[in-house]
Amino acid sequence: MTEPILSVHNICKSFGALKASNDVSLDLREGEIHALIGPNGAGKSTLIQQIAGGLRPDSGTIRFNGADITRESTVARARRGLGRTFQISSLAMDMSVLQNAMLGALGRRGDALRFFTPVMKDSALLDVAHDALAQVGLEDFAAARTAELSHGQRRQLEVAVALTLSPRAFLMDEPMAGLGTEGSHRLMGFLDTLRQRAPILLVEHDMDAVFSLADRISVLVYGEVIATGAGPEIRVDPLVRSAYLGEEAEA
Amino acid sequence: MRAETILNAALLAMLVAVALWAWTADEPFIITLVTKVAIFAIAGIGLNLALGLGGLVSLGHAAFFGIGGYAMGILASHAQSYTPLMEWPLLVEGTKSMPVIWLVAILAGALTALVIGALSLRTTGVYFIMITLAFGQMFYYFAISWPAYGGEDGLPIYVRNGFPGLNTLDPIQYFALCFAVMCAVLLLVARIAASPFGLALSGARQNPQRVQAVGLVPYRLFLVAFTISGAITALSGALYADLNRFVSPTMFSWQTSGEIMIFVILGGVGRLFGPVAGAALFIALEHVLGGLSEFWHIYLGALLLVVVLFARGGLIGLVAGREVAHD
Repeated sequence: MTEPILSVHNICKSFGALKASNDVSLDLREGEIHALIGPNGAGKSTLIQQIAGGLRPDSGTIRFNGADITRESTVARARRGLGRTFQISSLAMDMSVLQNAMLGALGRRGDALRFFTPVMKDSALLDVAHDALAQVGLEDFAAARTAELSHGQRRQLEVAVALTLSPRAFLMDEPMAGLGTEGSHRLMGFLDTLRQRAPILLVEHDMDAVFSLADRISVLVYGEVIATGAGPEIRVDPLVRSAYLGEEAEA
Repeated sequence: MRAETILNAALLAMLVAVALWAWTADEPFIITLVTKVAIFAIAGIGLNLALGLGGLVSLGHAAFFGIGGYAMGILASHAQSYTPLMEWPLLVEGTKSMPVIWLVAILAGALTALVIGALSLRTTGVYFIMITLAFGQMFYYFAISWPAYGGEDGLPIYVRNGFPGLNTLDPIQYFALCFAVMCAVLLLVARIAASPFGLALSGARQNPQRVQAVGLVPYRLFLVAFTISGAITALSGALYADLNRFVSPTMFSWQTSGEIMIFVILGGVGRLFGPVAGAALFIALEHVLGGLSEFWHIYLGALLLVVVLFARGGLIGLVAGREVAHD
């Protein structure tokens, strides 16, 4: 088997006495959606931040695309092809939808230090941006101001910006949050096809989405991965049931 | 045409009209006032690149304004006393040529802004404001205590520097020159704002996290913007010193930084012509209210409060409405 595109190896991260990541290992293989689930406070966001580069682990390594990226900055990881969407939409709100996508295309090309050519007439960048918007179904809103988009549309735009980077892997932090049934279904259909282009590490609370989409699921509880496996295995795993799924059923 | 475009054109036309009227009416003082507007507008356009596009609240732009002023003062004073600036390792003489002085001012301003920016941009928010203020004050006290070029008394230059083909001592000709420089700077900043760099900088202002996630480094973008901003403000300092034929440490004072910021805020933060409108309004108020009362700053303060509280887009925003997302 080939090396996984992303592998997290024995990551530990503590905040004082709190072990937010306790010897966490997981990997992401080509063509898969790997879902990361766990109750609130389980350390999902901490783990995602360590993978994306916002936090540095106390110990352990992170390899991406054949290279050790444990000590690299967020920017360096993005340049290696780690496409990220944020839990809380992180967009330039005063820009148009198209401009946000252009920003991604520009980042991908990496030549932001050009001062005299009009960027919004750069056909290479425009093609990438329009293409990404079309893929998520936002092409009709290209001229709209980002702040005027609905919550769901902002999530779609997050994904579109990640797409402009043509990443080697996606890191998606709760892309369905607040989308509503219809929006969720649309995005699910889209992610389902996206995994063929680049694998997705998906943090998600929507259990229907997770179980219908994910090839594999890792369950994080109190900073530890208590189980990793395909959906049906996870469903019947006694540890998971008592720690997590059971709580959901009671609630 | 967009309302803002019409307003911008009207602003330029108004400046020219007032200058021409004053010329025909033989009112050189009014021409000087309009020239001042053009020069202050350039300083504001410089700051607006950092403040409006980059979100960098610099309270130290007097440093660059003053450096431009002293670049003119030092070069011209050596030229008028026929003493070389330095003789070893190579002979550098003073000059009375504006293009050379401008170039020196721009380079000195850019270099200073690069150094100040490299250190200041490690901080954000109120710390950035304080550290830029501190740098400005360092230059102020240095200029006061440096006797070679007048110290506290400042440095007079007897004859205005020359520009090929123009009689710069003629007020209307010097106005035309400053106005042309202002238009060139406006054009330059408009291009920068619409460039890939402008998009990335604007993104970094609105959401640094987003810019990092697409693989760009906000610090680098901010530093480049701050450097260009400093260079433009230094150019305006050189023009201002030439207008007065006098340089003094006051150009470095924090009140000067504040005034440059007032031009931007009055006119409209982040609007291309904001500083032009702001500087025009400032000079008009100074002239009209200053004639009524010595304490005209009270009215300026009240106006500033009204703008900050009720008209965030400044004068331009008030007339032309909110900025549209344009492609």
